[in-house]
Amino acid sequence: MKVNTMAEMMASGTMPEYLFWVGCAGSFDQRAQKITKAFSLILDKVGISYAILGKEEACTGDPARRAGNEFLFQMMAYQNIQVMNAYGVKKIITTCPHCFNTIKNEYPELGGNYEVIHHTTLLQSLINEGKIVLKEGGTFKGKKISYHDSCYLGRANNIYEAPRKVLEILDAELIEMKRCRSNGLCCGAGGAQMFKEEEAGTTRINIERAEEAVATGAQIIASACPFCNTMMTDGIKNKEKENEMEVLDIAELIAESMA
Amino acid sequence: MEMIAPLIFLALLGTAGFLFYKKATLIKKTIFLGKSEIQYNEPIRRWKQVLLLAFGQKKMFKNPLVAFLHLIIYAGFIIINLEVLEIIIDGITGKHRVFLPFIGSYYSLFINVFEVLAFGVTVVCVIFLVRRNILYIKRLASNDLAGWPKTDANLILAVEIVLMSLFFLMNGADQALQNVQAPHYASTGSFIVSSMLVPSLSTLSTETLVLIERSAWWLHIIGILAFLNYLPYSKHLHIILAFPAAYYSALEPAGKMKNMPSVQNEVLYAMDPSKAPTDAAPPTTFGAKDIFDLNWKSLMEAYSCTECGRCSAACPATTTGKLLSPRKIMMATRDRLEEVAQNIHQNKNFVDDQKTLLHNYISVEELRACTTCNACVEACPVSLSPLDIIMELRRSLIMEESNAPSEWNNTFSNIENNFAPWKFSPEDRENWAKEI
Repeated sequence: MKVNTMAEMMASGTMPEYLFWVGCAGSFDQRAQKITKAFSLILDKVGISYAILGKEEACTGDPARRAGNEFLFQMMAYQNIQVMNAYGVKKIITTCPHCFNTIKNEYPELGGNYEVIHHTTLLQSLINEGKIVLKEGGTFKGKKISYHDSCYLGRANNIYEAPRKVLEILDAELIEMKRCRSNGLCCGAGGAQMFKEEEAGTTRINIERAEEAVATGAQIIASACPFCNTMMTDGIKNKEKENEMEVLDIAELIAESMA
Repeated sequence: MEMIAPLIFLALLGTAGFLFYKKATLIKKTIFLGKSEIQYNEPIRRWKQVLLLAFGQKKMFKNPLVAFLHLIIYAGFIIINLEVLEIIIDGITGKHRVFLPFIGSYYSLFINVFEVLAFGVTVVCVIFLVRRNILYIKRLASNDLAGWPKTDANLILAVEIVLMSLFFLMNGADQALQNVQAPHYASTGSFIVSSMLVPSLSTLSTETLVLIERSAWWLHIIGILAFLNYLPYSKHLHIILAFPAAYYSALEPAGKMKNMPSVQNEVLYAMDPSKAPTDAAPPTTFGAKDIFDLNWKSLMEAYSCTECGRCSAACPATTTGKLLSPRKIMMATRDRLEEVAQNIHQNKNFVDDQKTLLHNYISVEELRACTTCNACVEACPVSLSPLDIIMELRRSLIMEESNAPSEWNNTFSNIENNFAPWKFSPEDRENWAKEI
């Protein structure tokens, strides 16, 4: 399977329908790379025309802006918008809620106007259109799955239904955690916390969230954000439950179930 | 006496109104010490928020029982004000129950509705006192409220109970006086709650009853006027400011951070010098170090906060024992505002007091604990945003003081040099694609 870059597409005189914005975690983090690969496999199978920016992609600036470094954010935004506008990008899909939020909500007033779609939303519409067909029997049939809301999808952008609708087709038993949807508890990574030691407290946020996840008795924690994925995986390890449950992105669950 | 009473009443009403007006003007002035850089468009959507969040209390109903109890006090407050209107007209004109001749038999129906509500308010105030002081409810037992805030909360509930009791006593004595056909006490029929006081009141002499009725009447209205003037010093100011707070609350997706056009332009001019105007003045300050640097909406929100603590109960940092508590961010901002207002009041202009909101009221450790998850804004019944304040202070910390943990400095330099928060080579960004 070949993943094209925008530069390659342009050289061959074609333009993809979507730019797949991979994000830094999806590009470099070994765990998140699996999510990226799973999602590109889905795109490929369904026959969606897409390309990545490859080396021309840079951090959206989300962690810099939320840490308080507006200069760095503006520099990154300027650079990314220049690149995307030069390619005439219209539609963007991304597997990272942080990139999604920044490009969708914060780039327009800086001159970057695109239709930005999170991968869970795209998967939901592909399912609705009947373009995603699952294997007979179903890999996750009857398994207990609990979805962890990403703050930057949920509260930040009101996307609560799409990930849940996607999970419904797995024919699994979906269980909600005590705090879910608009009351969902953060994994602890947002606001650039991912990149620093947590402040002193009585417990870590990801451990608190992992306890809720463990309490559901689910075998799979479904995530929709590479950072939530890391935080939840670490939290579950801390609770020594890594043999009983695993954290999988919704893209991975679908990719593994597809015929 | 009959001539003097309305004069005393008018003097009281005028003084209370004047004092409240003066304090309200000062608060308004203090709020507008903040910046006004944001446009608040789309009035229709905003009025919808006022209807849903403030009038309809939509978000309160996330906890239906507490919402119902709060609704009783809220409805009681609004509807019983009709009776206060009559009391004020009575006071000015020297008449007694001035509405009675106009609505006749409906009068007792109205008073009965007020009495039922007043009874409900009394019961709920007692329940709330028990919740605050006897039952252990984490957000109400929190250290955030140690000292004055806890007293303030109890005082509000106690005053409401006293005001409602005076209302019943006044009506009870009135009915006892009607029974002995005392002059000036026109027949109204029996009132549903206060009639229960009549048997014991009837043992008293007419003179004593008049004394009780008049005392209760005066204490009730004096209490209301005093309470009005207490509002600006109390968390109870929310009964007024919750409405504008709902109106100005964000319409955009909660994840969107406020842009800084000054920095945007600085970067633009650096990248593309041809776009720089020759007289471009560099921005003076970045983010907020003190209340003057915050948007006025944040300052109004600090005055609107009623310290219920739903934000902190939902905050991932607070609930895992971090120093940060979003409620405390709002309270600290208001405390600093009060201090600045006092300073301006005394010195005519603000005289530097060597203090700032950042550091003196809100510490670096608190700011560093925020995950920007928006749980606080979502939890707030009127969508106040502690997050806006936290972000503006963080901007000041980083851009004015270069005050960042070393890990963040590494992250910044990685983003700047390697275009990712980690130290990977940008050349390797698409390596994953070769592994499929």
